[in-house]
Amino acid sequence: MLVRAAPRASRGLWRDAFRRLLRNGPAIVGLVLIAIFVVGAVFAPIIAPYDPTVGNLMNSMKPPSLAHLMGTDLLGRDEFSRVLYGARISLTVGVVAVMCGLAFGMVVGAVAGGAGGVLDAVLMRVIDILLAVPGILLAIAIVAWLGHGEVQIIVAVGVSYAPIFARLLRGSLLALRETDFVLAARSMGASTPRILMRHMLPNALTPMIVQATLALATAIIDVAGLGFLGLGPGDPRIAEWGEMLTDASRFLQNAPYLIFFPGAAITISAIGFNLLGDGLRESLDPRLKR
Amino acid sequence: MLRFIVRRVLSAIPVLFGLSVILFLFLRLLPGNPAVAILGQHATPQLVAQIDAALGLDKPLYVQYLQYVWGLLHGNFGASFVDGRTVASTFLVRFPATIELTVGALIFAVGLGIPLGRLAARHPNGWIDGAVTVLSLFGISIPIFVLGYTLVFIFGVELHWLPAVGQLDPRLNVTPVTNFSIIDAILSGNLAAVEDAVAHLILPSIALGSIPLAIVTRITRASVIDVSNEDYVRTARAKGLTEKRVDDRHIMRNAWLPVTTVIGLQVGSLLAGAVITETVFAWNGVGSWVVTAIENHDLIVVQSLIMIFALIFLTVNLLVDIGYAVLNPRIRYS
Repeated sequence: MLVRAAPRASRGLWRDAFRRLLRNGPAIVGLVLIAIFVVGAVFAPIIAPYDPTVGNLMNSMKPPSLAHLMGTDLLGRDEFSRVLYGARISLTVGVVAVMCGLAFGMVVGAVAGGAGGVLDAVLMRVIDILLAVPGILLAIAIVAWLGHGEVQIIVAVGVSYAPIFARLLRGSLLALRETDFVLAARSMGASTPRILMRHMLPNALTPMIVQATLALATAIIDVAGLGFLGLGPGDPRIAEWGEMLTDASRFLQNAPYLIFFPGAAITISAIGFNLLGDGLRESLDPRLKR
Repeated sequence: MLRFIVRRVLSAIPVLFGLSVILFLFLRLLPGNPAVAILGQHATPQLVAQIDAALGLDKPLYVQYLQYVWGLLHGNFGASFVDGRTVASTFLVRFPATIELTVGALIFAVGLGIPLGRLAARHPNGWIDGAVTVLSLFGISIPIFVLGYTLVFIFGVELHWLPAVGQLDPRLNVTPVTNFSIIDAILSGNLAAVEDAVAHLILPSIALGSIPLAIVTRITRASVIDVSNEDYVRTARAKGLTEKRVDDRHIMRNAWLPVTTVIGLQVGSLLAGAVITETVFAWNGVGSWVVTAIENHDLIVVQSLIMIFALIFLTVNLLVDIGYAVLNPRIRYS
């Protein structure tokens, strides 16, 4: 196949990828959706018209109105304010959990893929063990073990994601180990840590970034799922989307809006991260774009 | 081939061994004493010592572990702290419901996902493709409990088309024989009971099947598009074969492989999803049992169920691998 010359000098991988991302419609939609939730979460104390924890029992279970855009719950608390504050929990817990899983997984993956040998074999068996427990079950077991709380949820979700990142990074590193530029660096006498950090890791980053973005979507769903199963932060003063849904499920008949708004919040934020993740995949690896 | 199968089976053993160690320690390292959990406020030091001795908790840790593994190998997972029944007996009663739900979800996901994926692949980037892409994005983004309650509200509460929760109307008096509600309904010879059992299965199957549906659709679409660009497909068209024949004999036959693998891999997500789906629909399966066990701090049950879920998951993955090797003559068994 004929290769056309580049029309202008390359601006570097990341700037190229960023420009492609900005031209990717679905990714922009994803970014906008995420931005809405981030702004809502950060400025919740300013935007929220009411205190999310204080209700007025005279105002219990009122359908959406101008005074209460998303209605009120059983205790007369403003649902809109609670959804806004819920974004704080979901986003911070989700993001921190994925970051922890990513950091831990990358260390394990880098050690396994970089060192090889016995260490690699042992670490990979441990990862196999963690991956043998399907999906959210591992997180459920960990929260059941550690007890309620935001930190526990972060640990649980982080641990359940770490093996995925570790395996992904190890796979990329193994493939890179045989590439010409790594052989060249080695033949020039570069040390193994230097090759790993300077030559291999930067080239193994793109699938990790994509995977982490997509993991944010599932992490938000998982965090809400834990809350839904009664394994949430466990503090009734905290508004959490999953717990709000459990509370609301008893009033499905009379107050379906109490299910609709937190449910839509979880779904839309997950859609945002999924769109952004797919967009990143396409812009970081232009060969994928059909 | 046989060697490949044996090696794959053997490779699952260290994983199960490691998991059993972790789960054993998980239970033993918990703060608090099982005897206290059983006795509750009636605990006296003598009674605690008696129960410790009865449960073997006064022995060294490695002896306890060996006893635990010995039990596992004999299908003895221990007994619930709460109702005293063995995990194995309750599991056998509840597992059929989970199988029914999982199969229902798979039928929904595969039955709808493959036609949708083929439809989308027919005109890539056309409007149908766009609609299918949006649908599958929605499918992987909406949590099971949100979709579940939405379905219950629309079809159960508002329209009254389908029953919202449970497996069988208790007024039908179907005697549990196999604990598969549909099979039991058929055995009862009551047609209304069969209809009722199927109707109860529809909404939970859709809720649980939404993620697999999205994934099966995406994979089918990608796989069909991939194969459609192959030279032999162009050759088949050039020979003047009808579009239907090209589709069935040349494209789908090759596009099936990745699709079947992905379907097999969905079993893990279905098992995990069953925990939430069964809670939403008050479905008396293994998934809702996990949740009640956690609520009751019945950790022997939690631990055993995680072990059993992992065992099922590994077994299915193994079968998928073997099936893939059997289906695909191009694969090498090394």
